[in-house]
Amino acid sequence: MNLNLDFASIIERWPTFFDGALLTLQLAFIATMLGTAIGVLGAIGRRSHHPIVSRICGIYVEAIRNTPLLVQIFLVYFGLASLGLKFSAFVVAAAALTINVGAYTTEIIRAGFDSIPRGQIEAAEGLALSRAQIYWHVVMWPAIEKVYPSLTSQFVLLMLASSVTSQISAEELTAVANYVQSDTYRAFETYILVALVYIVLSLIMRAGFWLLGLVIFPRRRRLGTPL
Amino acid sequence: MHKTLNAATNAATQSPVVSLKNVHKSFGTLKVLDGVSFEVDRGEVLVLIGRSGSGKSTALRCIDRFERIDSGEIVVCDHRVSDPKLDLRALRQDVGIVFQSYNLFPHLTIEENITLAPCSVKGVSKAEAKEEARRVLAQVGLEDKLHQYPEQLSGGQQQRAAIARSLAMQPKVMLFDEVTSALDPELTGEVLKVIEALAADGMTMVMVTHEMGFARGIANRVVFMHRGKVHETGPAAILTSPATPELAQFVGTGL
Ligand SMILES: Nc1ncnc2c1ncn2[C@@H]1O[C@H](COP(=O)(O)OP(=O)(O)OP(=O)(O)O)[C@@H](O)[C@H]1O
Ligand SMILES: [Mg+2]
Repeated sequence: MNLNLDFASIIERWPTFFDGALLTLQLAFIATMLGTAIGVLGAIGRRSHHPIVSRICGIYVEAIRNTPLLVQIFLVYFGLASLGLKFSAFVVAAAALTINVGAYTTEIIRAGFDSIPRGQIEAAEGLALSRAQIYWHVVMWPAIEKVYPSLTSQFVLLMLASSVTSQISAEELTAVANYVQSDTYRAFETYILVALVYIVLSLIMRAGFWLLGLVIFPRRRRLGTPL
Repeated sequence: MHKTLNAATNAATQSPVVSLKNVHKSFGTLKVLDGVSFEVDRGEVLVLIGRSGSGKSTALRCIDRFERIDSGEIVVCDHRVSDPKLDLRALRQDVGIVFQSYNLFPHLTIEENITLAPCSVKGVSKAEAKEEARRVLAQVGLEDKLHQYPEQLSGGQQQRAAIARSLAMQPKVMLFDEVTSALDPELTGEVLKVIEALAADGMTMVMVTHEMGFARGIANRVVFMHRGKVHETGPAAILTSPATPELAQFVGTGL
């Protein structure tokens, strides 16, 4: 057994890895933004008194949570193709990841909504706030603050899971690694490096979410205690 | 022509702020309000007392339409609460309600708690709302807590802040449901003082309380509820010389 590692030929491809990492972050960013929007709407929908609305949202969540991400990606990819719609691999990947993470955020945000005590809502009703105002000021912000750690973990997981979009040739980090290793025959070194880059991306995201949390949750910033 | 108009406005100002007429309310098969009637005039303090489960909270919640009644009539500040076409948010601008669990919004400062409703419901400007927040906080003795968060306040301070939050909407009547029940005796005192000051200012109030000494001091009218009915009612004096054995027993046991 002779372990012979040669990183030189890998490292000299750093611009390729950099581009791949950037694309991974872009995918994660888009899916995080849109996924949050879907999550909020989905959570409102799941709590709706309208049985059809809550049923549809429930079916969406369960369908996504009980199928593999790769299959969802292929469904979007081939689904769009069979409708005669042509999109780049990046757009398909971003759409599939958004649909996927939207289901998980729906559940997380719903749990946050459910954790707001009834008394808070009654107090707001007693102050004559409208339903929309109550949702916005009294339910949504504290709910998101409560579930923020789970929510951000979910988005980091999503960034890592985006590596499977290499299967439809989105040029993200893992796809880039696949090219490099087949070019250089340095597979082990390539994936060691890629693993390290993913760790760095995770840390970047966690740092970003931490900073964002300080901005959007002033109480947290001042008191430092969980809500 | 003018005379009738004047007569009409006079009648309006003299009509009771809160009036319940033969109100019935059941939860499933449980009859909680069984023909309850009472009235509260302007500047009056009505104290609701009675055993646990006698329907005091339910009666109070019906006034602010947190519960819908089965039959009877409730009119509050000229809003027909029992009318299905009621403008609920208009009613609630005229009625302030404070609960046993203060229910301050934990993610907002005391100032933000207070300015939220005036700004978003009444469209008051931020600056004006902050001015008002300062005023109502001074009224409850908490000027220095403007920028604190609820969790940084004691229970009594939180309850006073909750009262201030209601006052900032300039309600015509305040409802209090056992607002001191969650508090230690010392903290109870500071909240009751605030309510006394409000009464002295002429605020119309309906309150549920178990503080009999306080009730005696503040009530213009006492309503003793028993099994969903107004069992005995009268001035505060009925607490010291009750007419019915049930009220005598209730006052005697101090419950
Ligand atoms: N939303 C509800 N659904 C079903 N039953 C209810 C509901 N609210 C109150 N009740 C019942 O109605 C009865 C009267 O309740 P209510 O809260 O009005 O009593 P109360 O006089 O305020 O008592 P307490 O002094 O304990 O606060 C109780 O038996 C209670 O269990
Ligand atoms: Mg009660």
